[in-house]
Amino acid sequence: MSGPVLVFVEVAAGEADRVSLETLALVRGVAGALGGAPVEALLVGEDAAGVAGSLGAHGVTTAHAVTDPRIAGAYAPGAWGAALAELARARGAVAVVGSGTERGAEVLAHAAARLGMPLAANVVAVTPGDSWRVTRQRWAGSLLEDATLDAPIRCLTIAPHAVPVDEREGVAPAAVAPFAPAVTESDLVVRVTGREAPAAGSISLADAKVVVSGGRGVGSSDGFRIIEELAGLLGAAVGVSRAVTSAGWRPHTEQVGQTGTRVAPDLYVACGISGAIQHIVGCKSAKRILAINTDAESPIMAVADYAVIGDLHTIVPAISAEIRRRRG
Amino acid sequence: MRILVCVKRVPQTGGRIVLTPDGQEIDTKFLGFTVSPHEECGVEEAVRIIEAHGGETVVLTLGPTAAEDQLRDAMAIGIDRAVLLETDGSEWDPVSTAAAITAAIRDQEAAGGAPFDLVIFGNESADSGGFQVGIRVAVALGRPVVSGLKGLTVGDGSVRARREAAGGGWETYDLPLPAVVGVKEGINLPRYPSVPGRLRAKKKEIERITVGAAGGGPAASAGTPFGPVKALLRLPEDEGSQVEILGRGADAAPAVVDLLERIGVLAP
Repeated sequence: MSGPVLVFVEVAAGEADRVSLETLALVRGVAGALGGAPVEALLVGEDAAGVAGSLGAHGVTTAHAVTDPRIAGAYAPGAWGAALAELARARGAVAVVGSGTERGAEVLAHAAARLGMPLAANVVAVTPGDSWRVTRQRWAGSLLEDATLDAPIRCLTIAPHAVPVDEREGVAPAAVAPFAPAVTESDLVVRVTGREAPAAGSISLADAKVVVSGGRGVGSSDGFRIIEELAGLLGAAVGVSRAVTSAGWRPHTEQVGQTGTRVAPDLYVACGISGAIQHIVGCKSAKRILAINTDAESPIMAVADYAVIGDLHTIVPAISAEIRRRRG
Repeated sequence: MRILVCVKRVPQTGGRIVLTPDGQEIDTKFLGFTVSPHEECGVEEAVRIIEAHGGETVVLTLGPTAAEDQLRDAMAIGIDRAVLLETDGSEWDPVSTAAAITAAIRDQEAAGGAPFDLVIFGNESADSGGFQVGIRVAVALGRPVVSGLKGLTVGDGSVRARREAAGGGWETYDLPLPAVVGVKEGINLPRYPSVPGRLRAKKKEIERITVGAAGGGPAASAGTPFGPVKALLRLPEDEGSQVEILGRGADAAPAVVDLLERIGVLAP
């Protein structure tokens, strides 16, 4: 029987990260194709042990938990990657898998570098065999690449939202195994040494249920008052296109797209955004897209579900006014 | 200080991507070339740090002869000199790329008599998006590394780095120098090159080192597994949304608000 597939599962606020659960769903399929290889997980965090057991429902047989506060007390990419590499060797893993999140990508790169193995990033499909075939995202998903991954230990990150979570009932909880990696002081040099909380009352762009975005068509920094007004009425986060941050109208933290934030709201309102592919990849995971644009032929219309044709400078205030009117 | 910044020549896409008939690359007949926005910011950051602290900046790329254009662009905004690891134009995988860059850094540092205080990478390349070359180079050199940075403050023998935390807010890291960093767009707003800058860049030195094909590079010759190896590129299936026009101009506002109510993003 094949050695295990080892998955780095991210933990936030005492729960497994949802994107990690998606990764486990894809790995469940890979393990099946390997003839029922066991799926094992590595979790790092002072509360990791509490989360580990619940992963049985996601196909994990054994969850290794690192809780030593020296390693688990603060995110340390090198130390976490070294721990993952050490565990992969110790368990005879055939593959090491993480999620294509900021931390997942970083930890897997550290692990792959330390193992001396190649890493395929943002994979959406895997066919194991003598040489593994993978399909991975390029250009943030605007393009797909079919590639081969030929190595004793295959390292992968799975693109967020490639597959849905697959939680099954009536499955035994995962066995929880404490793991004390032989991490060195030099691995711990880089770690989070300070945190700044988000501004009070701010809505996280990545997690917002509604995003109201403005592009070049907004025309100026002042032009964003009407975007902010509508966002405020909807409890939405404000987003922008790259043209806006390049012009210095708004901060980069609001940028949606390949080199900004990927959003997945229930509704994405794109005001005066023409829809370069680098922007589309950042918003196409939205359940619905409403485009407000003077040009009915602009590329954003190819991904929009709803559209209003015309000048956002009159349409957006009219929508805000209509909301206020109905609220009395 | 000495700073090395690494960039990658990529097609300047924006509209729909068109592939060559053999599915091996993007058809660039009608496209210009650039570097990733992350790397543009990396170049700008290197220039700003040296403007403030003094020293030398070097830009390095692994790519075809034509990647000279991207090296000249970097020198036009103030990078002092350039190194081109000249390939045969074929695609290099991340393991091979990192091995060649590591070897070049060792050579540059041996020739310069001191390590680069800072090696700056873009967080990920715009095209292949492997998210790993900078980290592989740092691990090979035994240097601290952190990615995803949107803030860098150079202190005495150390650097404070800032990155956006998942779920909002910021986290900070303190790294002793020499170090490797992966930066993101947003760390600064890059300047445009001036005409005198462009003229000066034409006269600056580009050191050329032939590296050929990835299969002949240092990773393969060391017997290290490398890859992933590209077989074929293809466009994702068109998700083909059918757009429903709610109306034209301000008169469409009631239809929009009806929609907001219907999909439950606005309490009626």
